[in-house]
Amino acid sequence: MSEIKIPQNKIDQLLDICNEHGNQPGELINILHKAQHLFGYLPQEVQRIVARQLGIPVSKVYGVVTFYSFFTMTPKGEHPISVCMGTACYVRGAEKVLDEFRRILGINVGETTPDGKYSLSSLRCVGACGLAPVVLIGEKVYGRVVPGDVEKILKELE
Amino acid sequence: MQNIVTLQIDNHTVEVEKGTTVLEAARQIGVHIPSLCYMNLKDMCITNLPASCRVCVVEVEGRRNLAPACATRCEEGMKVHTSTLRVLNARRTVLELILSDHPHDCLICPKSGNCELQNLAATLKIHEIPFAGARNVLPIETSPSIVRDMSKCIYCRRCEMMCNEVQTVGALAAVNRGFVSTISPAFHENLADSECTFCGQCVAVCPVGALTEVDHTNRLLRDLNNPKKTVIVQTAPAVRAALGEEFGMKPGTSVTGKMVAALRQLGFQKVFDTDFAADLTIMEEGSELLDRLTRYLNGDKEVRLPILTSCCPAWVNFFEHQFPDLLDVPSTARSPQQMFGSIAKTYWAEKMGIPREDLIVVSIMPCLAKKYECAREEFSTNGDPDVNYSISTRELASLIKRANIDFETLPDEEFDQPLGESTGAGVIFGASGGVMEAALRTAYELYTGKTLDKVDFEETRGLQNIKRATIDLNGTKLNIGIAHGLGNARKLLNEIREGKSEFHAIEIMACPGGCIGGGGQPLHHGNSELLKARSRALYEEDKHKPLRKSHENPDIVRLYEEFLGKPLSEKAHHLLHTHYFKK
Repeated sequence: MSEIKIPQNKIDQLLDICNEHGNQPGELINILHKAQHLFGYLPQEVQRIVARQLGIPVSKVYGVVTFYSFFTMTPKGEHPISVCMGTACYVRGAEKVLDEFRRILGINVGETTPDGKYSLSSLRCVGACGLAPVVLIGEKVYGRVVPGDVEKILKELE
Repeated sequence: MQNIVTLQIDNHTVEVEKGTTVLEAARQIGVHIPSLCYMNLKDMCITNLPASCRVCVVEVEGRRNLAPACATRCEEGMKVHTSTLRVLNARRTVLELILSDHPHDCLICPKSGNCELQNLAATLKIHEIPFAGARNVLPIETSPSIVRDMSKCIYCRRCEMMCNEVQTVGALAAVNRGFVSTISPAFHENLADSECTFCGQCVAVCPVGALTEVDHTNRLLRDLNNPKKTVIVQTAPAVRAALGEEFGMKPGTSVTGKMVAALRQLGFQKVFDTDFAADLTIMEEGSELLDRLTRYLNGDKEVRLPILTSCCPAWVNFFEHQFPDLLDVPSTARSPQQMFGSIAKTYWAEKMGIPREDLIVVSIMPCLAKKYECAREEFSTNGDPDVNYSISTRELASLIKRANIDFETLPDEEFDQPLGESTGAGVIFGASGGVMEAALRTAYELYTGKTLDKVDFEETRGLQNIKRATIDLNGTKLNIGIAHGLGNARKLLNEIREGKSEFHAIEIMACPGGCIGGGGQPLHHGNSELLKARSRALYEEDKHKPLRKSHENPDIVRLYEEFLGKPLSEKAHHLLHTHYFKK
């Protein structure tokens, strides 16, 4: 992953977050939550800054980031695609839909396309089981998706 | 007696202090409950107690589940059974599960024969592994000093404890979750790109083959058999106090003479002593101390005090990473290993008429950071390092065994001259406090012009975390501090940063006990009794040396007369001093 340079105003906001929590090592998880909200993900540079502010080794920060699945080190794409793998969607062929996204985009779950346009993830049940299988792109819900729809959906987004 | 509890372990009645664990209580009466993750550094008041491996489970009467002995405190009237059928079956299953995710290439593992997991599998007579589950397979990573083969890791987390609690370096942490979790530097970086100091304490406590040293023995064998090369060796003080352990000798047996004989048999053309360079270090570092002290006493406000020793390469890495604002505080004197290399490849090579490119200088070190240190760019001339490479005490033992040398029956032999001549002051460099004591012997006499009645400064010796003393230099009070272990060093560094340090001079060694507990020594596994025995061996050798003060070493005196001029001269600065880098 190439190193992305964070703009100074964002760094200042990150330092404010750390300060609001008293730069306390015990506040690490809360700080990471807010940092991820601010940046959309937790790149190396952000983790290094947090470690320095809290006076803890960056390996510890990385340990926490990699332990909790909520935290991510991959930036989300412009169009974040989530395929529901809940029971209803699964039995109605969600896996095949997911495979088609994988095939066309050339990325795996948890990854982002090199141009930053699409990212792929799976989730469990969005409460729209009547529409199974469901795909969520940004805030928009696509229902009764079959693998054959995938190409068309992606065309729409371009 | 409220603080004593009485319990029964395997039908022995035991009285222990309240708070003692079942594991410790059992060991006190000779019942050795096996363990893997547990480690107790009593002298440093640090215990590794994740209770994660479950190898030490025991049956406690009245409890439904088996209890991990390492984390179960003794209670009044407790009845413990350490080897019932239920316990043995559980212990076997635990071990089988650990082994199901461990490579089975013991025959070619660098740790074979010295592996706690292998020993335990043999003790419990495990000859097949019934669980054929997934394996966590990770690439082998190498750095200038340490090799990480994390497929072999059993998650005991001793390395993490040494790196974080004892050394406060923080290079290693547990990362990821569940089956794919591992111990790693941040972002899965190579150790060389992390804050790692290469102190090797993680290697010293790893129970398996996950953490080992970079092996230079085959390279050395090739060089020793190259007729175009002159291969000479220097041996660090701490090596002689521990090498014997690799041959089954009692800890604390000094094997200086046998080691010299073995090195000659291995084919080194000259067997020299790093102790010589330790004496040289004292001349330079001691003079630097006196120079700073004199300027300070004359009212110079700019002078940086306390002065810090700079012999320990892991310590140098530590302050370069963690205290980049204090780079002008440590002495600029190079370590004895590097002073030796520098002098061998200039003064000695010229004297002998050996071209630099044909001379190979090897060092035998108790240390893994020394491998990194000799590869630092500033210690080379036109790409040729002053010290070509460093091998550990363990690697030397392996070479001696490979050469079919019966170490125990070797005669005692003497070091070659002139770079093998040393005083008792050089010998004690290997123990925490030794450099300071050696410096005091010389600084006192040079500063006061008087002869010391007693050369022993006992206040500098021992395994206390931080030692403090005030030495009277004929009316001038010199406050000295000594720390071993980088966590202790950090405390003294923080005092300096805050401007609160009371000291004029501080000695720091990265490893517990000093070099005798180094990462290249026979593995100490956190056993401080071993360190005490090794330290006794060095002080005993010092006691019997005819000369015990560095400035009285006749070959050091000659080196200054013939070559260097005087301590801190321009030539000495060029060859024996260095500068530090912000990392």
